[in-house]
Amino acid sequence: MFFLKYILRNLFRHKLRSVLTIVGVAVAVLAFGLLRTLVGLWYAGAEHASDTRLVTRNSISLVFPLPISYLDRIRGVPGVTSVSYGNWFGAYYKDQKNFFANYAIEPRGYLELYPELMLSPKEKNDFFLDRKGCIVGERLAKTYGWKVGDLITLKGTIFPGQWEFVLRGIYHGKEKATEERILLFHWSYLNEALRQTVPRRADQVGYFVVGVKKPELAPEVSMAIDSLFKNSLAETLTETEKAFHMSFVSMTEAIMVAIQIVSYMVIAIIMVVAANTMAMTARERISEYATLKTLGFKGGHLGGLIFGESVLISLSGGVVGVAATFPAAHWIEVELAQFFPYFSVSTETILLELLAALSVGVVSGIFPTWRGATIRIADGLKRIG
Amino acid sequence: MPEASAPIVRIRNLSKAYRRGTQVIPVLTDINFDIARGEFVALMGPSGSGKSTLLNLIAGIDSADQGSIQVGDVEITTLGESDLARWRAGSVGFIFQFYNLIPVLTAYENVELPLLLTHLSRRERSEHVEAVLNVVGLADRMDHYPSQLSGGQQQRVAIARAIVTDPEILVADEPTGDLDRASAEEILQLMDRLVREFGKTVIMVTHDPRAAEKAHLIRHLEKGELSVT
Repeated sequence: MFFLKYILRNLFRHKLRSVLTIVGVAVAVLAFGLLRTLVGLWYAGAEHASDTRLVTRNSISLVFPLPISYLDRIRGVPGVTSVSYGNWFGAYYKDQKNFFANYAIEPRGYLELYPELMLSPKEKNDFFLDRKGCIVGERLAKTYGWKVGDLITLKGTIFPGQWEFVLRGIYHGKEKATEERILLFHWSYLNEALRQTVPRRADQVGYFVVGVKKPELAPEVSMAIDSLFKNSLAETLTETEKAFHMSFVSMTEAIMVAIQIVSYMVIAIIMVVAANTMAMTARERISEYATLKTLGFKGGHLGGLIFGESVLISLSGGVVGVAATFPAAHWIEVELAQFFPYFSVSTETILLELLAALSVGVVSGIFPTWRGATIRIADGLKRIG
Repeated sequence: MPEASAPIVRIRNLSKAYRRGTQVIPVLTDINFDIARGEFVALMGPSGSGKSTLLNLIAGIDSADQGSIQVGDVEITTLGESDLARWRAGSVGFIFQFYNLIPVLTAYENVELPLLLTHLSRRERSEHVEAVLNVVGLADRMDHYPSQLSGGQQQRVAIARAIVTDPEILVADEPTGDLDRASAEEILQLMDRLVREFGKTVIMVTHDPRAAEKAHLIRHLEKGELSVT
């Protein structure tokens, strides 16, 4: 108890220095937490992917389509429960900066395969019945102020032209991680237009989504599907939804690794700054440590004092940093919704933040602790005056 | 002056040298010296004569190269770091030139420090601390921080801290060196009282002849060798 009191009083001996160190650790922990969250979100799509959904695409590249005629053959593969399909549409709203994911899909099978996209039965039915209808996620609707019944015009890039849709439903995600910034519309609407304008691009899909009875069947079903189209003009590559997401994530992996390195560098930098502060503090108090040793206190006692102060300062910064993470993440989610529609800080990130703060305290305390604990009394006492 | 009795400090053939690179600088050479129980001894000498080193060796805060130092029944030159710390905590009280109080602790807490290493309860510690603060006349200042006390008062707190464990020996390194004449006189009277009333043995290093006059015995150190006055 006495030592805790002593540590606390030492903590506020140089108020400005302590406050600056705490703020420094807090900012570093906050930056670390936000960067970790960003990296986590990058992989969130893959992590939340269903293990009973497979994605079949052209084995050369996703850019190359597959014939719609594959649909029935895939349906016939044992273990397959349902099949749907879609095309990446790649259009934007009014201006190129208003870009979001939009897909042409086969609605009934697709929504059956994606139960996490929650729509009222009426909205679902209205969407099914209207070939020009579309549905959007709640966040996307909020961003542009769309309401059911609104006419939405997208400008096509891959499929040039002005594309008009009637908003028939606004879905919300079953889980927080469910993507709510997507627009989905009828593949048949796209296909009909292509038949008239570019017939050679009609009756083709970008990918099939395949439901399997149970996750264990995924490898077997994948192999069965791909073997069906072996040596055809459009060979397929079937993989789990997770692997499919990961193939996108891997394209930007270098950036993610760089962000991860930066997040650790931030902690390393504050570690050095905190270590310097603690070393300075210990150097100033060498005569006090020598006095305590003279009175019979041992190296362990002094080590505890110095180490305790170092850890307490860093953990204080850590707690402030963690406390600041939530409003900062909320601010990002609201103000930068276009880039970070879902910016939720995980429990793991919070624990990592606290661990990082603790590491800063431990590492920055090592040298001063050693120095204070091993100081020769006679040498320490000479520092007086 | 107390009656002569078995010496509480017995120093034999004590030598100490400092090393700077390959250079060896002798500080104390073959010192032989006894201090009787209840004696007030002043160690004098010019700067660099080795008096503070001798004091540190007697107090167990520095180690000798050669020779023996027996304090009471304990040969302190053979003690390890940990045993020496324990011995110091119970047997020696320290009074420093610059008081060496912990600035973030009150007078009470500074005095209580050495007792934290004992098995005394909080209440027992409190009784001891209040008793010694009464002895030094600072019971009414126990909640003050060192910065709120004068130099003389700080030194009295330091003396209270030195005697709170009731050690046999008090070692004082220039205890009046940082004080004005009036405060220095008060401190010397207090130390004299500790010898006379409480039977403490005081070993004091000083440059000040006035301070040395209070001692029963003055020893001069000159180039690491001892002479008697």
